[in-house]
Amino acid sequence: MASVRREAIIDRPADVVWQQIGGDPTAMAGWFPGVVSARIDEAAEHPTRVIETRRGFPIPEEIVLNDAVVRRFQYRITAPMFRHHLATVDVLAIDEHTTMVVYGTDAEPAVFALVIGGATGVAIDELKRQLEEKG
Amino acid sequence: MGRKILFVTTDQQRYDTLGCNGGTLARTPVADRLAAEGIRYERAHPQSVVCMPSRSTMLTGQHQGTHGVWMNGVPLPVDAPSVAAELSRAGYATALVGKSHFEPFLDPMGRFTENMLAQRDSHSATSPWHDGTTGPHRGFDHLELATHGANGFLHYARWIGLHHPEVADGFYPVLDADFRVNDAGGGDTGAPQLRHNPIPRDWYHTDWVADRTIAWLDSLDADADWFCWMSFPDPHHPWDPPSSELGRIDWRDVELPAGYISSAAEREAVLDAKPNHWRRWYDGELVSNYEAPAHWVPATLTADQVREINATNAVEVELIDEALGRVLRRIDERGWGADLDVVLTTDHGELQGDFGLMFKGPYHCDGLMRLPLIWRPAPSAAPTPAVVTRPVGLVDLAPTFCAIAGLEAPEWMQGAALPTDDTDGDARGFERVLTAWDSELFGVSVFLRTIYRDGLVCTAHLPGTEHDGSEGELYDLADDPLQRVNRWEDPTHAAVRADLLADLWDHQPTEREPRIDLQAPV
Repeated sequence: MASVRREAIIDRPADVVWQQIGGDPTAMAGWFPGVVSARIDEAAEHPTRVIETRRGFPIPEEIVLNDAVVRRFQYRITAPMFRHHLATVDVLAIDEHTTMVVYGTDAEPAVFALVIGGATGVAIDELKRQLEEKG
Repeated sequence: MGRKILFVTTDQQRYDTLGCNGGTLARTPVADRLAAEGIRYERAHPQSVVCMPSRSTMLTGQHQGTHGVWMNGVPLPVDAPSVAAELSRAGYATALVGKSHFEPFLDPMGRFTENMLAQRDSHSATSPWHDGTTGPHRGFDHLELATHGANGFLHYARWIGLHHPEVADGFYPVLDADFRVNDAGGGDTGAPQLRHNPIPRDWYHTDWVADRTIAWLDSLDADADWFCWMSFPDPHHPWDPPSSELGRIDWRDVELPAGYISSAAEREAVLDAKPNHWRRWYDGELVSNYEAPAHWVPATLTADQVREINATNAVEVELIDEALGRVLRRIDERGWGADLDVVLTTDHGELQGDFGLMFKGPYHCDGLMRLPLIWRPAPSAAPTPAVVTRPVGLVDLAPTFCAIAGLEAPEWMQGAALPTDDTDGDARGFERVLTAWDSELFGVSVFLRTIYRDGLVCTAHLPGTEHDGSEGELYDLADDPLQRVNRWEDPTHAAVRADLLADLWDHQPTEREPRIDLQAPV
C-alpha cells in the first residue's frame, strides 16, 4: 500500500470550501480533472457517489464519512482493480478567511496511490483557483 | 521552399547498436549511410536517462531542471516552450508520429491531451503556447501516437483493437497485476520482458510508425516545408518483435557484451566499488525507480538471458532501420530528398548486460548515457561528412532544428546548434555535457548530477534516502572505457574531481519553481 497527501491553502472561508466537498459531494465534477459527471446512487446499499471520467467508464465511490462538524469527507473507490482505497479530504479553517485542504489517498496496489493522488493535487489547485476567482 | 526535417528517435537504444558506431550484431545500413554522408557524434549524452524528462529536453531545448519534468510521471506543462511551435509559427507543417511521452501513460481519468486523442478519433488539439497564444498542441499539427504494445489509449492500440484484435494478446504484458513493470520471463531463456510475439510484421508498431509517417507526408503539398518527428517505441523493452523476424540472429551465437563481467565475484567487486545503490539493486534489496521490473533481481540474470535479450534487441534495431529506409525512399519519391535533413538519435540508452544489469535507472554510465546521434544535413547544403568527438547533448537538438529552418534559436533554449565538426565544436565551446537524475518513489529518493568533460565522467550523489551527499563516481574513460574503476576517492584524482565538480556546479541550469508534482509512476 502507498499513501499520497496533497494540500492547498485557499483564501476563502472553510464553510465555503466545505460546500464544494462534503456539502455537495457531486460538486467535484466541476473541479476534479478528468471527471465529467458525478451523481449519488440512491439505490446502492451504502451511500455511494458514482463518477464518470473522460474515458467514459463509471467509477463507484462508497462514501465512508461525511462529517460537516469536523469537515472531513472520506470515500472508497470500490472498482475491482483496487484492493484497497481510502480518500480522506480534510477542510481545516486557518482563520475566518483562509482554509487548508488536505487530500489524502491510501491505495493498494501502490501504483494507484500515485495515479489518483497525482490527480488530487491538480484537483485542489483547481478548486483553489475557482473559489478564489469567485472571491 | 526551405529544408525539410525528419527527426527520427528510437527509445532506449545504445550507442553501440549501430554499425557505424562499431556495432556488429544488428545490420543498420540505412543509419550507416546517413552517418557516412553526414555527421556522426561519438559523445552525445541525454540530459536524463529516462523517457519523459529526456523527450521533454528534445522538445524544449531545456535541461530537466528548467522544463520541470524531473522524473517519469511528471507531465510536461501543456504550455511548455516547444521547438515544434517555433517551426509551426515559421510556416512548417509539423507532425509527431509514434511515441511522444510528454504526459504520463497511466491516466485512467483521461486527464492528458495526448492520451485522449485516439478516443476522440482525432489527430490534433489546440493548446496554450508558452507565449500566451494558442496553437496546435505542443506545436504539432498532427499527432498519431503509439507506445510499447497494444494496451492503452493511443492511436496504435486503438488501431490494433479495431482492425487486428486477435493479435493484441501476443505482445508481452508490460505491467503486472499490480501495475508494476512485469518481471515475467519469456523466450527461450526465461529472460524478463521478453516474449515471442506472433504478430505479423506489417502490424507491429515499428512498421505502423513508418506507415503513418508516410501517410502524413503523402498528405502534404509538394511545396510544403515540414518537420516530422518519427518516434519509434523500440528497442525499449519489452523485447517482443514479430517472431517471424527472430531468425535473423540466433541468440546462441551472440557474444556477451564487453561490459558484461562473467565472473560473479569480479562483477560484485566492481559493483561494490560504486555507490551502494548499484549493489543493492543488483541484490534485489532496492528498487529506486519504476522503469525496471519491481520484483526482478538482477543477480539472477544469466549469460544466456543477456544473449537472448541482446539478439532480440538487435532484431528490433534492424526493423527500425528498414522502416526508416522505407520512409526515406518515399521522401525521395516525393522529390524532397535533396532538401531533407535527417537527425537520428534516441532518448537514452539501455544497460543490456553491463555490470550484470539490465534496463535503466540512476546509473550514469555509458550504457545509459552514450547515445547514437547522426545528423545528415540536406544534400543541397553540400555538407562535409564528419565525426564529432566533442561532447554534445539532446539539449542541442532544438537549436539545431531552428538553425536548419533558418530561425534564430529562442533565448529559452539552453543548448546550441550541433557542431558540424570538432573545429566548430571547439570554436563554440562544446566542452562538457550534463546529465541529471531525480527520483522519489515509494520512499526511495535518489538525486545525481553528472558532467562529462575531457574523457572523464563525474557524478555527484546528492543527499537522498540512499546517499548522504558525500558519495560519487569518477571514471577516466581513457584507461577505463568500461567504467569499472571508481576513482571518486582516489587521492591521485582529487584535483581532477574538484575541478570537474566546480565545473558541474557552475553550469547547473535554472531550476523551475515550484517543482511540478509527480502525477503517475510513468
